[in-house]
Amino acid sequence: MPTRLLIAEDEPSILESLVFILTREGYDIATARNGEDALGRLRDPLGPPGLLILDVMLPRVNGFEVLRAVRHDPALTRLPVLMLTAKGQAHDRQMAEQMGADAFIAKPFSNQDVVRQARRLAAP
Amino acid sequence: MTAQAVDFALAAALTYVVVLFGVAYLGDQRARRGHFGWLRSSLVYTLSISVYCTSWTFYGAVGSAARGGLAFATIYLGPTLVFVGWWLLLRKLVRIGRTQHITSIADLISSRFGKSEALGALVTLIAVAAATPYIALQLKAVTTSYQVIAGLPLDDLDVRVGFWVAVGMAAFTILFGTRNVDANERHHGVVAAIALEALVKLFALLAVGAFVVFGLWDSPADLFAAAPPGFLTSEEVFGPRWVTLIVLSAAAIICLPRQFQVIVVENENERHLATASWLFPTYLLLSCVFILPIAITGLTLMPEGADPDMFVLTIPLMADADWLALLVFLGGFSSATSMVIVSSIALSTMVSNHIVAPLALRLSRDRTRTSGDVRSLLLSSRRAAIATILFFGFLYFQGSGQSDALASIGLIAFVGVAQFLPSVIGGLYWPLANKRGALWGLCGGFVVWVYALALPSLGADGPLGAAVLRDGLFGIAALRPQALLGLEGWDPLVHATFWSLGLNVLLFVVGSLSREPKPLEWLQASRFVDVFRGGADAGERPQFQRPATSEDLFILAQRILGAEPARDLFDAFARRQGIAKGLPRPTQDLIGDLERRLAGSVGAASARAMVAQIAGGEVVSIDELVSIADETARIMRTSQALERKSAELEVTARRLREANDQLREMDRQKDDFLSQVSHEVRTPMTAIRSFAEILRYTETLDSDQARRFVAIIHDECIRLTRLLDDILDLRVVEQGEIPITMDTIDPDAVLDRTLEACEGLSGDVPVRAERLGRATGAKVRADPDRLRQVFINLLSNAVRHNDKEQVVITVTSWEREGVYEAIIEDNGPGVPDESRERIFSLFSASWTRAAGKGAGLGLAISKGIMHRMGGDLTLEPSRDESEEGGEGGARFRVTLPAVVPVGDTSERMPGLPVG
Repeated sequence: MPTRLLIAEDEPSILESLVFILTREGYDIATARNGEDALGRLRDPLGPPGLLILDVMLPRVNGFEVLRAVRHDPALTRLPVLMLTAKGQAHDRQMAEQMGADAFIAKPFSNQDVVRQARRLAAP
Repeated sequence: MTAQAVDFALAAALTYVVVLFGVAYLGDQRARRGHFGWLRSSLVYTLSISVYCTSWTFYGAVGSAARGGLAFATIYLGPTLVFVGWWLLLRKLVRIGRTQHITSIADLISSRFGKSEALGALVTLIAVAAATPYIALQLKAVTTSYQVIAGLPLDDLDVRVGFWVAVGMAAFTILFGTRNVDANERHHGVVAAIALEALVKLFALLAVGAFVVFGLWDSPADLFAAAPPGFLTSEEVFGPRWVTLIVLSAAAIICLPRQFQVIVVENENERHLATASWLFPTYLLLSCVFILPIAITGLTLMPEGADPDMFVLTIPLMADADWLALLVFLGGFSSATSMVIVSSIALSTMVSNHIVAPLALRLSRDRTRTSGDVRSLLLSSRRAAIATILFFGFLYFQGSGQSDALASIGLIAFVGVAQFLPSVIGGLYWPLANKRGALWGLCGGFVVWVYALALPSLGADGPLGAAVLRDGLFGIAALRPQALLGLEGWDPLVHATFWSLGLNVLLFVVGSLSREPKPLEWLQASRFVDVFRGGADAGERPQFQRPATSEDLFILAQRILGAEPARDLFDAFARRQGIAKGLPRPTQDLIGDLERRLAGSVGAASARAMVAQIAGGEVVSIDELVSIADETARIMRTSQALERKSAELEVTARRLREANDQLREMDRQKDDFLSQVSHEVRTPMTAIRSFAEILRYTETLDSDQARRFVAIIHDECIRLTRLLDDILDLRVVEQGEIPITMDTIDPDAVLDRTLEACEGLSGDVPVRAERLGRATGAKVRADPDRLRQVFINLLSNAVRHNDKEQVVITVTSWEREGVYEAIIEDNGPGVPDESRERIFSLFSASWTRAAGKGAGLGLAISKGIMHRMGGDLTLEPSRDESEEGGEGGARFRVTLPAVVPVGDTSERMPGLPVG
């Protein structure tokens, strides 16, 4: 069974590239285009995914709010979260750290970094 | 004494005169070559002050002692007091004299009281009146002593001696005293000669004294033992006469024109005064140390009836000490000539500067005056004045030489010049003292002096006549010259001094208090009274006096009114006078107007004084006026500046706070903006980088995939470009630099063309545009390209922010009440309520970015463009879904003022939706 992985990203092109490189690594990918959507998918009856890749700037409910909800949900407290932060926005990163994100990747990222971090948090 | 001895005495006198000429000449030569040396020493200065000791003192002191005992000493005590207390008065006097370039006591008083011509003339008049008999006294002394030494009888004076002495002194004075027109310049030659004479007369007195004490008596004790009984206590010491004499002699050392000349005008260095303060009293002490012994000797050894005034000369003659007698004669001669020389220099300066020059300038007002004219006029008037004064002195001597009245002339002159004292002291220490006070005081004192002292001294044969002397003027007892207001039994000298100086002081004070000093008087008062208070600049101003011109008026106006208003005023007058460029003529209109303008700044009185003194052409130097103006303007500027400054500070502080807040807000906005921009740039960059890496490192990529990824990279690049364009656009819109070419255009035509172009805007999603109402024929003033940019932005927003299968854009336009309006509406989700507020602000991210495209700058730019074209862009409330045609999508309204065509006033029906 390949590890399930949820990517929450509103930018279609970025989402497409993430899907491409991570599918290639052997993950089973689900996507969400906004925070609300992401939270819905985390509570999938199939159970939570093995890894959440979460963009900060999400419409409706932003990435931090999603992260807080995840960390306050007993079912999801141990879900590894990889956050996509904006480079140079030090406070984004600080905040993500305080709120319990497991890893951070600054945009624009290198595909290799994303793959390496994803593997570290959840093998495919 | 033989005729040979007489010839010898005459020869000696002539030789002595030649020596004096030589010394004076040498002194002048040295000074001219710049070899001042001893000429500028404090010793010479002090010796020259001894011109105070005239032949009246030289011979008369012994006479006075013989008649009145110690009273003679008062004449020495007054000056001693003044010199010992030099720090109080003389120092100030000399400083003022130097800084203000004072030329005489008349100049001092006139200058102090507003450069008054009247005061200068009055002081000159009094001084001449007092000095002429005094000069006559010197001529008499020389003549008498000559006749004594020649053994001629004294009851018939040979006036020829006096005449030739007068001529000789006139020649000397003219030669050495009027070399230069600048009366303030030192007369080095004359002073050198005077100093020599001072030594001669002191040496002569000391020689006689030593001869008497040690030659005629065995010891000084014998001498005093021989004194007549009651001799030393004959007069009440420190009685009224004593005090009066001390006061008078103290006044004389300052007020006598010749003393003022040597002490103040000829002063080279203020420090010389410090030396003179002890050296001159020493000189006086040496002069009088042998007076009593000589007087006692004369009284005891000389025959009954011998003239005590001539004891100094007759005692050596009697003792057959001919050489000593000759020396004494030369000493007396020195005393007389030095007094005559210095007096005539001082008086001639006063006459020429305060009587001749003002008259001449007044008479030649309309004629062109050159400096050369004034110069030669002053010099010749001075020479003429010397000759005239000496001639009058001689006439006086000739007319009254035989009478004993001459003996008291010295003291009478003292009382006369003492009239200057209130004005001088008041002028130096009392800032409120003014011209009126000085004039009243001097006039009053002078009249009393003439009536109560000068005229009565001529006796019953004088102009007053016995009747007036006895019964008073018009027979009024209160006006008896020597018992004014019934003050009887007083010594005539004390009486006259009391009344003249008393009235003088009273009038001086009352006159000064009766009116405010005029501006020029204020100025001079401050220069005199406060001479030690940082007034170094005051004295350096040249004393030139020039006639008033437009230029002077303009300078004055500038100083008071400021450069701009002064120029405006003068330009206006120049135009009125038809002068295109340059200053207007100084007409009455201009002067009157200027005065009124000045009155607004400095008050009417000051303005009157300033303008009248320039325009009236009175002899007042413009520099003085300008300096009043400077002072007034400076004070006004300072106080205004202070008020302004505090108000300015308040405003500045408030502005700074505001600016600070504003800056902080702008800084925050800038940070936000940068952060937004960086985010907006980063998003496409992320996609580009990611796909580029995929393309680069993935070997097993099918060509369809590869093409698609390249297409994404391409799209993202376009997005980046658009973002950068938007940022640039935003800049120009925000800063108002957006180039807009306004034209009269058909807005619907632009709208339709834009719609057509947008049909294929979004490849994936089918777009249908519904064109409803039209504003047919409407015209607006707008830039068609910019208007199209706004429409494109709205249409692309409508497509991008749409989640429907089929995008429907509904466009309606109409013209109503002179306003063109277009509504662009889509069938999308509409603008969320929370975003409506800031949809036109920068990076209205959540709404615009919901579509995943666009940086959220477009609406802000569009609104800016519409404002620039005089229109607006607004977001309309969403229609309820129940409404007709309503889908709840975003509704934007574009408005522009319509151009109403001429002749077309029919109101168009609004283009309502019909489909």
